[in-house]
Amino acid sequence: MIKVEHLVKAFGPKLAVNDVSFSVERGEVLGFLGPNGAGKSTTMRMVTGYYPPTSGRITVGGHDMVENPIAAKRLIGYLPENAPGYADMTVNGFLNFCAELRGLQGDARKRAVHRAVELCFLENVLYQSIDTLSKGYKHRTCLAQSLIHDPDVLILDEPTDGLDPNQKHEVRGLIKRLGESKVVIFSTHILEEVEAACSRVIIIDRGHIVASGTPAELKARSPEGKLDEVFRAITLPDTVKHDVSHEVHA
Amino acid sequence: MNAWAAIRTIMKRELAGYFTSPIAYVFLVIFLLLTGFFTFTIGNFFERGEASLVSFFTWHPWLYLFLVPAAGMRLWSEERRLGTMELLLTMPVTTWQAIIGKFLASWLFLALALALTFPVAITVNYFGDPDNGVIFAGYVGSLMLAGAYLAVSCMTSALTRNQVISFILSVMICLFLILAGYSPVTDLLSQYASPVVVEIVAAFSVMTHFEGFQRGVLDTRDVVFFASVIGFMLFVTGVIIRNQRAG
Ligand SMILES: Nc1ncnc2c1ncn2[C@@H]1O[C@H](COP(=O)(O)OP(=O)(O)OP(=O)(O)O)[C@@H](O)[C@H]1O
Ligand SMILES: [Mg+2]
Repeated sequence: MIKVEHLVKAFGPKLAVNDVSFSVERGEVLGFLGPNGAGKSTTMRMVTGYYPPTSGRITVGGHDMVENPIAAKRLIGYLPENAPGYADMTVNGFLNFCAELRGLQGDARKRAVHRAVELCFLENVLYQSIDTLSKGYKHRTCLAQSLIHDPDVLILDEPTDGLDPNQKHEVRGLIKRLGESKVVIFSTHILEEVEAACSRVIIIDRGHIVASGTPAELKARSPEGKLDEVFRAITLPDTVKHDVSHEVHA
Repeated sequence: MNAWAAIRTIMKRELAGYFTSPIAYVFLVIFLLLTGFFTFTIGNFFERGEASLVSFFTWHPWLYLFLVPAAGMRLWSEERRLGTMELLLTMPVTTWQAIIGKFLASWLFLALALALTFPVAITVNYFGDPDNGVIFAGYVGSLMLAGAYLAVSCMTSALTRNQVISFILSVMICLFLILAGYSPVTDLLSQYASPVVVEIVAAFSVMTHFEGFQRGVLDTRDVVFFASVIGFMLFVTGVIIRNQRAG
C-alpha cells in the first residue's frame, strides 16, 4: 500500500533523511523509533506530501505522491507532530472544516464528525475553542481530524504524546484495531508502545534506517531480551561519536 | 472534491476567522472612522460644494496603505506559526486552492468594509445630483486597489511567521507602488530622467491606474493592471510556499 524507495531529504548541506526505503501493506502497524532529530518526522512529512523529497519515490495506494498528490493524499489521515489546530475555532467547527476538505457533505459529514468525536472522547469539549484546550485534548482533537474520513492509511507522529495513561491505553488499542484493516505508521519514544501495538518496527538514526523487524526479532538481539537495550546499542548517543551503527545493522 | 468546493471551504473558514476574533470589528470601526475623517475633515467634502466622491476616494491609496496589510498580515504567517499549514497542505487540496481561498476571504472582508461606506454615497445623492456611474467606477477602482495591496500582504505573510515583519514589508512594497506614480515624486524624477523612464516607472504605480477609475473611466488596461498585480503576487506566494518546503 505504501512504498518508499531511496528517500532523501536535504536541508541545505544537511541530510535529515538519507536513503530510507520501506514498504507497508494493509494490516500492518509500522512503528518508527529513533532518537531526537533522527528524521522520523521529516520522513512522515514526505510520505504525507508536505515536504517534497530531495530524491526518491513515494507511492501511496499506487499513486505517486509527487506526480499525483491529490489522489495520494485522499487516502491518508495524518496527525502532525505537536498536533496543530486553528486556535480560534471550536473543536466542532474544526472537525467539520476538516471533514469538508475531505469532501464530506451533509449527513455523511455529520456522521463522520460524530464517529471521530466518539473515537477520541471529545464530547465534553465539542464547543470549546481550540486555544483553550489542555494539551491532551488538543492532541486528541487533531487525532480525530486524522480519522475523520476513515482513511486507508494513517500516519501518526507521536500520537500518544501528552496523553494521560488512560488515553494512552485507549489510543494504543485504537491503533491496534485500526491496523487490522488499514495501514498505520506511527512514531513514538515509548518502547512499550511498540511492543503493544506494532507488527513491525523501524529504527532510524541520523537519517538512516539502522534496524528493522518485528518487535520480537529486535528484542532477540539483546541478551536480556529488552527493547530499550537494543535501542541504546544501535542508536549511539552523540557523546560516543563513531559510526558503529552500520556494524550493528550488518 | 472539485477545485471550487475546496476554495469555498477554505474561504468560509478564513472569513469566519475574522469574525470570531475582535479583529473584524476593530478593523471595520477604524476603517469607517478614518474614511469619515479624511473625507469630511481633510477632504473638505461639504466646502467643495461638488456632488462627487472625489474627496472620499482620493484618500483610499493612503488609507489602504496601513489598513490592508493589517487585514492581510496574518493570512499565511498565522498558518505557519500554528503549524496548521502542515495540516492544510496535506489535505487533498492544492496549494493554489488554499492561496486563492484565503485571498478571496480577505478580499471579501475588505469589500464588506468598503460596502459599509454606503452612507457617503447616499449623502452625496441627498444633497446633490452626482454622476452615479462615476461613483460606481470609483468603488470598483477602490476594490481593485484593495485587492492589489492584499495580494502583496498575502505574499509577505508567506515569507515569515512574524506578523509584524509581514506587516512592515507589505507597507513598504505598497508604498513603493504608490510613490512610483505619485505626482510630487514623478515631478522630481522628471528633472533627472527622460520622460520615457518616468512614464515606465509610473506605469507600475497603482496611482496612475487608480486615477482612471476616479474619473469614471472603466479602462480595461487599468483593470488588467490590477488583475496582473494580484495574479503576480499570488503566484509569488505560491513559489514562496513551495520553496520553504523544498528546504
Ligand atoms: N525545516 C527544516 N529546516 C532545517 N532543518 C530541519 C527542518 N526540519 C527538520 N530539520 C532537521 O532534520 C533533522 C530531523 O528532524 P526530525 O524532525 O525529522 O526529527 P525527529 O526524528 O522527528 O525527532 P524528534 O524525535 O525530536 O521528533 C533534525 O536535525 C532537524 O534539525
Ligand atoms: Mg519528530
